[in-house]
Amino acid sequence: MASVSETDTSKVLALSAPLPLDGGQTLENAQIAYEAYGTLSAAKDNAILVTHALTGDQYVASRHPITGKAGWWTRMVGPGKPIDTDRYFVICANVIGSCMGSTGPASTAPDGKPWGMRFPVITIRDMVRGHVALLDALGIERLHAVVGGSMGGMQAVSLAANFSERIGAALIIASTARHSAQNIAFHEVGRQAIMADPAWREGDYYSHGKGPEKGLAVARMAAHITYLSEAGLTEKFGRRLQDRDAKTFGFDADFQVESYLRYQGLSFTDRFDANSYLYITRAMDYFDLAEEHGGLLARAFSGSRARFCLISFDTDWLYPTAESRNIVHALSAAGLPVSFVELSAPFGHDSFLLDVPALDKVVAGFLG
Amino acid sequence: MTSLRPDLAIIAENVAPSSRVLDVGCGDGTLLAALRDRKGCDARGMEINAANVAECVGRGLSVIQGDADKDLPFYPDQSVDYAILSQTLQTTMRPAEILEQLLRIGRKAFVSFPNFGHWRVRTSLLWNGRMPVTRLLPVAWYETPNIHHLTVEDFRGLIAERGIRVENQWFLRGDRDCHPAAANFRAEHAVFLLSN
Repeated sequence: MASVSETDTSKVLALSAPLPLDGGQTLENAQIAYEAYGTLSAAKDNAILVTHALTGDQYVASRHPITGKAGWWTRMVGPGKPIDTDRYFVICANVIGSCMGSTGPASTAPDGKPWGMRFPVITIRDMVRGHVALLDALGIERLHAVVGGSMGGMQAVSLAANFSERIGAALIIASTARHSAQNIAFHEVGRQAIMADPAWREGDYYSHGKGPEKGLAVARMAAHITYLSEAGLTEKFGRRLQDRDAKTFGFDADFQVESYLRYQGLSFTDRFDANSYLYITRAMDYFDLAEEHGGLLARAFSGSRARFCLISFDTDWLYPTAESRNIVHALSAAGLPVSFVELSAPFGHDSFLLDVPALDKVVAGFLG
Repeated sequence: MTSLRPDLAIIAENVAPSSRVLDVGCGDGTLLAALRDRKGCDARGMEINAANVAECVGRGLSVIQGDADKDLPFYPDQSVDYAILSQTLQTTMRPAEILEQLLRIGRKAFVSFPNFGHWRVRTSLLWNGRMPVTRLLPVAWYETPNIHHLTVEDFRGLIAERGIRVENQWFLRGDRDCHPAAANFRAEHAVFLLSN
């Protein structure tokens, strides 16, 4: 029997069965940390799974235990919100490989030491297997819907393709069915920044107090740029200087944009494990849903009877509209009911997390 | 229930119950919602305007944002019973190709369009010598989305040339019917039901 324990921060499910992984290994004694909101109906048919992005976590609508900040999607999830916790039982689980309570490289291996780089390389589908194990434990046979943005969208589309009988609908926002060369390239920059930090110690830094914080911060800075748009950066920072009247002719953070990125990088290291960053970016890079299904994306959905909705943003150059359209065309070819809209928003890839009223309307309308 | 525009009402009346329908250029989804609610159709749409798509999804409809000129080839052959193109043909870049696509995707196709051969349009052009701005075509030439104006006879010529069969046809002035023989002169709108 899987057992659920409640900690101060999250509910944690200890999986009773080993979790099979795409890499061929299995993960024994894995744990899934999750948050849940609302009430599960007697028929257990009102559950919505929200899947999180690369550096997200299960705290979709509750205060983050480390940063103290509000949940990452409180504008979307809550009573009377587009994902309405008065009507739906909303679950959000930390993905395996991450570091907020689910088993990842910072967790303890069977030998009593942290896994570090001995942790098996995982995939998006492995994360989804973890979610399905959680649904099994909660007795939820079929989700009303799965909803995810960015890497959350990859999990949603993977769940829809590989466990089609478990969902009634999938809402995939600012996402893709495969990582492009450019996506992989940016991730590799981040990984190399971490690995180039002497404090990384081949991933075996847990007993040394201090991890590769500088490398992780640089990785976050580079990635953060990809989440924004040029127009957004220009509007927010332009060439404005940071707390000074003139350039210093040095390498201080003269510009506001530099200061902002440095802060983003540094604060990220307080809440995220560098090895988790390596493993999760790897999982995203390996993601190619068509490849899993004989090279034809439409075939991935051949067993599905779900409704789909895809949303992209016109300023998102990380997962541009063409990537969403690629999924839409495959779903159309498979004859499935699919909606798609490209929304206009100035915030780049991050638009899915920010104030875009049209997004709220589409999400609420699609979930019904 | 809101009342449908006359050409849409004709389409809604003549779609077989429980059929599969694709409305190309479905706007805010009025026809699709009517087909779903009144006829139990599996009603899907394509629409170019994002705000309209959001409106449709908000009504629980399955609508893809797309451009009829570019995105129809992605739909499988004979995947719906009816492909519908209402008041959109004259706004497309390649109307003849669109017609072909409609009948590739649908077993049958409804096509409705404003008739540029209507007598008011003719007299307006004859007397004023300028592109007509009428009740039917209220937008000036430089702003109208209608880039391929056509008359009922033009349409009949195209479908005859392409070997497309007319299953049924309806002609409207205001919300009243008008006889097919007089349609090119008297009809403001035409609705055709076509098959290959």
